[in-house]
Amino acid sequence: MAKMTLDELRNLRDSKKKEMTQRDGDKNAQIVIGMGTCGIAAGAKDAFDAFLDELNAHDVKDTRITQTGCMGLCFSEPTVEVAVPDMPRVIYGNVDAKVARRIVNEHIIGKALVSDHIFDKPAQDIIDQGAE
Amino acid sequence: MAFKNYILVCAGTACESSKGIALYEALEAELKAQGVAAEAQLVKTGCFGFCEQGPIVKILPDESFYVKVGPEHAQQIVAEHIIKGRQIPELLYDKDQAAGTSSDDIAFYQKQQRIVLRNCGVINPEYIDEYIARDGYAALEKVIFDMTPDQVIQELKDAGLRGRGGAGFPTGMKWGFSKNAEADQKYIVCNADEGDPGAYMDRSTCEGDPHSVLEAMTIAGRTVGANQGFIYIRAEYPLAIERLNNAIDQAREYGLLGDNILGTDFCFDIELRLGAGAFVCGEETALLASIEGKRGMPIPRPPFPAVKGLWGKPTVINNVETWANIPMILLKGSKWFSSIGTETTKGTKVFALTGKINNSGLIEVPMGTTLREIIYDIGGGIKDGKKFKAAQTGGPSGGVITAEYLDTPIDYESLMSIGSMMGSGGMIVMDEDDCMIDVTKFYLEFTVDESCGKCAPCRIGGRTNYNILDKISKGQGKMEDLDTLKDLAQAMRKASLCGLGQTAPNPIMSTMNYFEEEYLEHINDSSCRAGKCKDLMSYTVVEEKCIGCTACARVCPVNCISGEVKTPHVIDQDQCIKCGQCFDKCKFDAILKG
Repeated sequence: MAKMTLDELRNLRDSKKKEMTQRDGDKNAQIVIGMGTCGIAAGAKDAFDAFLDELNAHDVKDTRITQTGCMGLCFSEPTVEVAVPDMPRVIYGNVDAKVARRIVNEHIIGKALVSDHIFDKPAQDIIDQGAE
Repeated sequence: MAFKNYILVCAGTACESSKGIALYEALEAELKAQGVAAEAQLVKTGCFGFCEQGPIVKILPDESFYVKVGPEHAQQIVAEHIIKGRQIPELLYDKDQAAGTSSDDIAFYQKQQRIVLRNCGVINPEYIDEYIARDGYAALEKVIFDMTPDQVIQELKDAGLRGRGGAGFPTGMKWGFSKNAEADQKYIVCNADEGDPGAYMDRSTCEGDPHSVLEAMTIAGRTVGANQGFIYIRAEYPLAIERLNNAIDQAREYGLLGDNILGTDFCFDIELRLGAGAFVCGEETALLASIEGKRGMPIPRPPFPAVKGLWGKPTVINNVETWANIPMILLKGSKWFSSIGTETTKGTKVFALTGKINNSGLIEVPMGTTLREIIYDIGGGIKDGKKFKAAQTGGPSGGVITAEYLDTPIDYESLMSIGSMMGSGGMIVMDEDDCMIDVTKFYLEFTVDESCGKCAPCRIGGRTNYNILDKISKGQGKMEDLDTLKDLAQAMRKASLCGLGQTAPNPIMSTMNYFEEEYLEHINDSSCRAGKCKDLMSYTVVEEKCIGCTACARVCPVNCISGEVKTPHVIDQDQCIKCGQCFDKCKFDAILKG
């Protein structure tokens, strides 16, 4: 994109905002992997590969995998947030390749949470709700 | 088919010890007995970090948060909540939010509040669009089109934002000095030279939300009249560097950096400068010298960088966390920001919580939160059920906070008054197995290593104090050594040129103050109660108890334990490296530590 003017920036923001909220309410499931230095050191890249591989193996096409920074739960790295429509958003901790495959099979496909690996975000993101 | 409810039972170690597993089994049995096993999925989870209230049960999707739940409550939870969909008021953590109220807007155990880390772990840091979608660059818009520089500075002053690098200087005033300084060229600098052992807040921010730093620096450029910014970051943060560079490229492409930002005549650009990892380069004058290509050594202040900084020009220098606060303050207003925190210290603080704690991690809490809340509610308590001894804040420049002060609300002044300091945000938790002499020696070793050597108090005082601590840890200390430690510490505080030397004795002063008895034990009794000072301890086999199982001999890494099977073993004291593995391995308490 070329350099933007004020209006272009505002338009872009509005459209991206819509896109992001739509994505949340969309039918598509989403897997977000914490990939700061901490997550990567703990094996987030292996988990990432395992997710891709397992989704391909089952021909799951409506799930989006993306990366993010540190979620702050360093004691349970690598951490992964999973959002499936009509299910609560949850965070999984200690996700190695094996657990990643379990998440695809049990959570994404089987629509049940994977026991023993859910951690809770210690904070609700107030900015999420508070930003006008 | 998806389940209607999800019952999350905490199975972390702390809750496990308080009957988490029994609760899980009771719920499982009840779900079956009441015929709703297909409606609710029972899930074991990791620690929620609220162990004092455990065992904890959370029910999704309505997020009911039950505390102190026992197996005896299982029947009621299934019958009332799962079948009838009614909350059980007496088990709710927040009793006021009983039945009928949606819990979506209730921040259960809302001990954290994320301003700096608002996007960390939420957006993809490699896409500028996601940052923009979360009101990114909206503060810059406001500053360019709707605010005068004086209004921006006034807003920061009203907000009460203070520098998060550790010293706590009011940010608005700093900007004001630079704005009012007459000069043909001004600079903006971001201090990302995070060097405290155990601290990684700034790295995580740069990695998780690089644009928040870029946006804030651009705002500062507009406000004080600078057109060039530098981010000074250590070379050992490769991922942060990569993401910052990527973010800079994207911002340039969008016209949010570079010439004629958003079609105006305002021009501002940012470059990275990589530091080689010298601790002293986190000191602002040394940092600026390093950017100039000189050896990183501090110079006396005043003049302060805000007036005479990089290449002698007025320079606003703030640390990563301070920068990351700024867009939110300008967007949501000084009133909002100053409503968070304590009387003297507004906003939040990010801490890297490490050490002997169950939930180590990156946390952000409002100023005024107590250490007890951080350690027990968020951190999930001390590992292995051990006893809390102290928390160290402020890294090598800080001090310890003891159990007695767990309820002190954290802000710049309160930490100062108990002999510690806010510092950049490393928080290391120590338990009864940590020796205070050993910890102090570690920090002194660090500051001695990192001293640039320019001024004598730091160079010579630090080394001498380290040697004394080393002597004490070997049981060779004398009572008069304690006076020498104190005298030298005073001299270093008063006469050192920069913050590194002035604060290097803080760990000594602080531990001598709170743990004097440990110093005395080391000196008078040649004993270390934590068993950390290896010269003061030995492992011996208690003949009567040893059954000759050979477990210790097999685990010994230096093969210094000998003995026939089924006869008592012997440890060769000359060879023993005091690693303690035999002690941990022995099932018969036949190895004595002391």
